[in-house]
Amino acid sequence: MNADAAAPRRDPGLQPQRTRLAWRRTTLSGTVVTVLAARSALQSGPSPAAVAAGALCAVLWLAFLRLAHLRIRALDASYRPGALTPPWAAVAALCTVALAVCGAAIVL
Amino acid sequence: MIPFVRNARLWFAPEEIRQEGPTPDYRFSLANERTFLAWLRTALALIGGGFAVDQFLPDLRWGWRVGLALALLTAGVLCSLRAVNHWVRCERAMRRGEDLPASRFPAVLSLVVAVVAVAMVLMVLVGWER
Repeated sequence: MNADAAAPRRDPGLQPQRTRLAWRRTTLSGTVVTVLAARSALQSGPSPAAVAAGALCAVLWLAFLRLAHLRIRALDASYRPGALTPPWAAVAALCTVALAVCGAAIVL
Repeated sequence: MIPFVRNARLWFAPEEIRQEGPTPDYRFSLANERTFLAWLRTALALIGGGFAVDQFLPDLRWGWRVGLALALLTAGVLCSLRAVNHWVRCERAMRRGEDLPASRFPAVLSLVVAVVAVAMVLMVLVGWER
């Protein structure tokens, strides 16, 4: 049909796949942190504030999973995916910040 | 601090970034995204370290335990904020065809991690228990 038809239908350096796996690793790290947060919240003689902070951690974790899922879908949709856009990166980073703030509430 | 605040506006302004210049090769953008994610994992590891200190060093005196945990959590916050800031700066530099921004942050973070590690070794050796 056209000249593009002969071109490989995937990135030769597997860049989208590597990026997808990087998101996967990041969600795994987030899972570990959330499990530690839940453990902390329930262990130290669960006060209402600590339990609330632990629950908030779980919500943040779900939000981060959702964001990663959407990005992974976008990466899979095309073999030349578009760049990550600012609000997504900022939301991912702010989820991490909020996790740390909840952590401080649990620890104190 | 002021450039940081100016960049913080860009975190939520995709249109403003897109107006900067030609879109770089998608592979460069994906590499930048992976670097951002690696820094985010570093931040998550620091936050996880904060929780670990709180939970797995229960014999430590309260002040030391909470102080160390809060120091690690704070390092995690700074690391994730810096991650998104650096990502935006790299994205912009690539669009403008400038050099990628240099940064002192990795050196500072390494020093902070080294200091925290030495502090933990001392605490375990000297045994500042309650």
